[in-house]
Amino acid sequence: MNNSLVSITDYNKEDILSILDAARGFEKKPDRDTLKGKVVATLFYEPSTRTRLSFETAVVRLGGSVIGFSDSGTSSSTKGETLNDTIRMVSCYADAIVIRHPLDGAARYAAEISPIPVVNAGDGSNQHPSQTLLDLYSIRKTQGTLENLKICIVGDLKYGRTVHSLIEAMSYFKPEFKFVSPDELKIPEEYKIFCRKHNIPFTETAELNGSFNDADILYMTRVQKERFQDLMEYERVKNVYTLHNAMIKNTKPNLRILHPLPRVNEISMDVDKNKKAYYFQQAQNGLYVRQAILSKVLKTGDV
Amino acid sequence: MEKELKVAALKNGTVIDHIPTEKVFKIVSILRLKVYGQLLTIGNNLDSKRMGRKGIIKISNRILSDEETSKIALVAPNASINIIRDYKVVEKRALLLGDEIHDVMHCANPMCITNHQPIPTKFVVINEDGIVRLKCKYCTKEVLQDEINLKKK
Ligand SMILES: [Zn+2]
Repeated sequence: MNNSLVSITDYNKEDILSILDAARGFEKKPDRDTLKGKVVATLFYEPSTRTRLSFETAVVRLGGSVIGFSDSGTSSSTKGETLNDTIRMVSCYADAIVIRHPLDGAARYAAEISPIPVVNAGDGSNQHPSQTLLDLYSIRKTQGTLENLKICIVGDLKYGRTVHSLIEAMSYFKPEFKFVSPDELKIPEEYKIFCRKHNIPFTETAELNGSFNDADILYMTRVQKERFQDLMEYERVKNVYTLHNAMIKNTKPNLRILHPLPRVNEISMDVDKNKKAYYFQQAQNGLYVRQAILSKVLKTGDV
Repeated sequence: MEKELKVAALKNGTVIDHIPTEKVFKIVSILRLKVYGQLLTIGNNLDSKRMGRKGIIKISNRILSDEETSKIALVAPNASINIIRDYKVVEKRALLLGDEIHDVMHCANPMCITNHQPIPTKFVVINEDGIVRLKCKYCTKEVLQDEINLKKK
């Protein structure tokens, strides 16, 4: 087994904490030459500019170089070629692969056949572990700890992969969850079973207003139109699940609002200037966390 | 009476008993028995103390492979498989699925990579409180019992 990161569940508590500690070091000193002479391939089978630039900046700021492609729709080099063949070809040139793919499970398969480490930058609706690690980094940075926090998660809890991974990753740190979602997008049974098994208290509600007054973290997610069978239901729900500045008035002083971005209309612009809004800094933390991930999979000794 | 029928009729081969009535012809198709040229007995809607009604399949001169056994375990987990030699049961084959099943069924998730590229499927068998769940190793989605779609080879 190589040193890949496909799912957050590939890492135990110690691995997670060592990534977060290393990321703090990269935040202080992001420019290094620990990846000098190393080549990282970024294979983006669907466009995600935000994630790709974050990974590529992470490589370049550590002195490494980047090869790869974005969106196979315009790239003749991979047209018709199986993932198997592309991974084997690329692993002849690179020291690590960062892959984004529209199909679920593509990253696990790539990691299985690849002789070099693979980092999953999102496979369909399945896993996106670097997002989860930057969520944890942001939570720890704003709260000073990951332990014993009240976390309110809002939006698409049924399909939202960042939500599911966040629940799994936080399970090491005795959290308490509140799940806020429209009926159509409730948290799946398997995650409730997971919480019960790990003695994690949780409550569910469809009412956003007031539900996060005792929370330390308010984690907002996109409510996407295409998830709804009934478009009338979407039109009704989309405004109900919009966070406005006035709704934050009675919250705890340490509350911070996170969102994996990009947002659609879940957070009104009037929240941006509130000091409890943390989603733009959260995105910036992604760079340091990805530097830590690449250093770990390429064994530079920093993690 | 039932026991007599089961054991007496078959000299060598395999008896699959306690099949839910609606699964009998599924198993016939899994084992491609339509084109089997030797002695074959298929019974259905037989009285059963345990199940009310049941089906039974007796195949002479054929021992099921492990892959066939795991396919039957997927569609009829409570069936029993006995291997007969010289009119005697020489092996009671447990319908255990093991920890992982390889390339026997399709993933039910249409967006799973295994449904788009030539990749053998792998499922982790999770057995909790007597309920068997099958989790795709690649896309991590669980396949429910009535979503099981076996591969035709
Ligand atoms: Zn699958």
